[in-house]
Amino acid sequence: MKKRRFGLALSLVLAAGTLLSACANNGDKAGDKKGFSVAMVTDVGGIDDKSFNQSAWEGLQKFGEDNGLKKGRGGYDYLQSQSDSDYATNLNKLVRSDYDLIYGIGYLMADAVGQIAEQKPKGKFAIVDSVVNKPNVASITFKENEGSFLVGVVAGLTTKTNKIGFIGGMEIPLIEKFESGFRAGVKAVNPKAKVEVQYAGAFDQADKGKAIASSMYASGVDIIYHAAGATGNGVFSEAKDLKTKDPNREIWVIGVDKDQAPEGVVKAGGKTYNVTLTSMVKRVDVAVYDVAKKTKEGNFPGGKTIEYGLPENGVGIAPTQDNIKPEVLKAVDEWKQKIIKGEVKVPKTREEYKQFEATLK
Amino acid sequence: MGVYEVLQIIIPSAIFFAAPLIFTALGGVFSERSGVVNIGLEGLMVIGAFVSVVFNLTFADRFGELTPWLALIVAMVVGAIFSLLHAVASITFRADQVVSGVAINFLALGLSLFLVKKMYGKGQTDQIQVGFDKIDVPVLSHIPVIGPLFFSNTYIPSYIAIIFAFVAWYVIYKTPFGLRLRAVGEHPMAADTMGINVTKMRYIAVMISGALGGIGGAVYATIISRDFSHATISGHGFMALAAMIFGKWHPIGAMGAALFFGLAQSLSIVGQSIPFLKNVPTVYLLIAPYVLTILALAGFIGRAEAPKALGTPYIKGKR
Repeated sequence: MKKRRFGLALSLVLAAGTLLSACANNGDKAGDKKGFSVAMVTDVGGIDDKSFNQSAWEGLQKFGEDNGLKKGRGGYDYLQSQSDSDYATNLNKLVRSDYDLIYGIGYLMADAVGQIAEQKPKGKFAIVDSVVNKPNVASITFKENEGSFLVGVVAGLTTKTNKIGFIGGMEIPLIEKFESGFRAGVKAVNPKAKVEVQYAGAFDQADKGKAIASSMYASGVDIIYHAAGATGNGVFSEAKDLKTKDPNREIWVIGVDKDQAPEGVVKAGGKTYNVTLTSMVKRVDVAVYDVAKKTKEGNFPGGKTIEYGLPENGVGIAPTQDNIKPEVLKAVDEWKQKIIKGEVKVPKTREEYKQFEATLK
Repeated sequence: MGVYEVLQIIIPSAIFFAAPLIFTALGGVFSERSGVVNIGLEGLMVIGAFVSVVFNLTFADRFGELTPWLALIVAMVVGAIFSLLHAVASITFRADQVVSGVAINFLALGLSLFLVKKMYGKGQTDQIQVGFDKIDVPVLSHIPVIGPLFFSNTYIPSYIAIIFAFVAWYVIYKTPFGLRLRAVGEHPMAADTMGINVTKMRYIAVMISGALGGIGGAVYATIISRDFSHATISGHGFMALAAMIFGKWHPIGAMGAALFFGLAQSLSIVGQSIPFLKNVPTVYLLIAPYVLTILALAGFIGRAEAPKALGTPYIKGKR
């Protein structure tokens, strides 16, 4: 009996604590406000995840510096989510702190952004890498197919065996964009090359990535492009193991989302090699900066979906280009210009890829 | 691709896939044979993976080629120490063993990610530079037909895992220690009457499972993922648990089950490039390992019988 009473008291104290802290948040609202302020909510990765969140935060910091904003309320800031359940809470917190524009970073946050946007019709929101159909939400997506096309060009011109691999995480429309763009890039410069496509069925299973890579490399593939998140770690580990065993063998991995050159470093026989040929990078920072700028100028693209592709510098190949031959880089540049000018339309789906292939013949 | 080429791809990848599972499943066998349920295998693997990667990153310059081996040993020790939490809670304090195991899983992931964040200031570690190399076993790899299948492009820890399974079998079935271990798991009161210290035996068994789970995680991280993040160990501890049950709480059985999982897994992956399986939609190949497991469990293995005293804490003098 005593125990139960204690438990009751404890839960009362906790409940009171929650209520009071909520009050404290409400009290904050009275801060004086001048100028433009912008904030973002990270997903569980945090602003140093070497991926999306970090890139977005860099964009926001640059925007802040360029516009003389200070970090913190009334300037630019971020809130980190510790778990999926924090998204809505964090977004709400930022709305109450009167930020003019609030980003949700990553497709995981789409539901939370939609929900809060409905509750706070006056707030302005933006979601990265997903689409939320609300009048006060700007959706930021990327033309991964265009970036993938460029790394496809690199692969097509670098391969010696004319066999190239693509490893996808899950068979979903987003990854299909990577696949179609990549295959188109390879085919455009090297019609003889064959692209083997395989899906691991998960974004977090390095062992599957390694097994697929192992079978691909064994069957004569010399370059693998992975769009598979942490599953791709297995691809790197397999490539590095093979390189250690036989440093003369030319095998490559093409990274994704960020510059994955650091992942490809391997020491073999006293020498240091890098198996990362290049990476397809998504410039979340560019997109975040751009939307913030537009909003500041009064052109908030609410209810619209903005796609960042090559012309906007939203996708591209990674800055580390030591392993790419100069003539290949030149070709990449030529194709990039063709895409920007609209002379080449990069396919987004397998259907479009088939049409693209037909136009080459 | 001919059948032989296909086998040449499937078998080595089955073996490397199975190695971490074998170690961890053997750990499970020790613990559960002594009557302590160990759902915490996943967490123990996480700790092993974390410790080995951190050790490797920190000391790679000093120990060079030896680093991954030392990392295995350190992971083993830390795994054993970490499993003490489970032992104390479930043996001394007689807490529900499943709950305590689940707590181990949560704690391991939370703690290791927290430490990664503190030590490296980011959500995942860098990639390790020194791992186990792919090797062709000297002499054996030149045996025609089976040489390229079983002794080429493999990793030494895979063989150690298989050897360990036989060692575990010997220890559990052929030594006095093993007899006591099994007695404690089947009928602790009888064992106690015969002068066996039940608590001590169970403590030792849980610590062995922690040590082996740690090795399993370390092998996985060093060979396969090469870094540590929240996604490094995703469900492999539970697969090891399944392999142990599939193998009927027998070391050799657990090894066989782990190899079977490996084979099914690599078949599902390589299947996409085998001519006669090419037209099968990917999704069927991906679920094949699980379907095969269910079929095998239901059809061939028969009833899997757990140690009798599994899951019940031993209270001296209580009937």
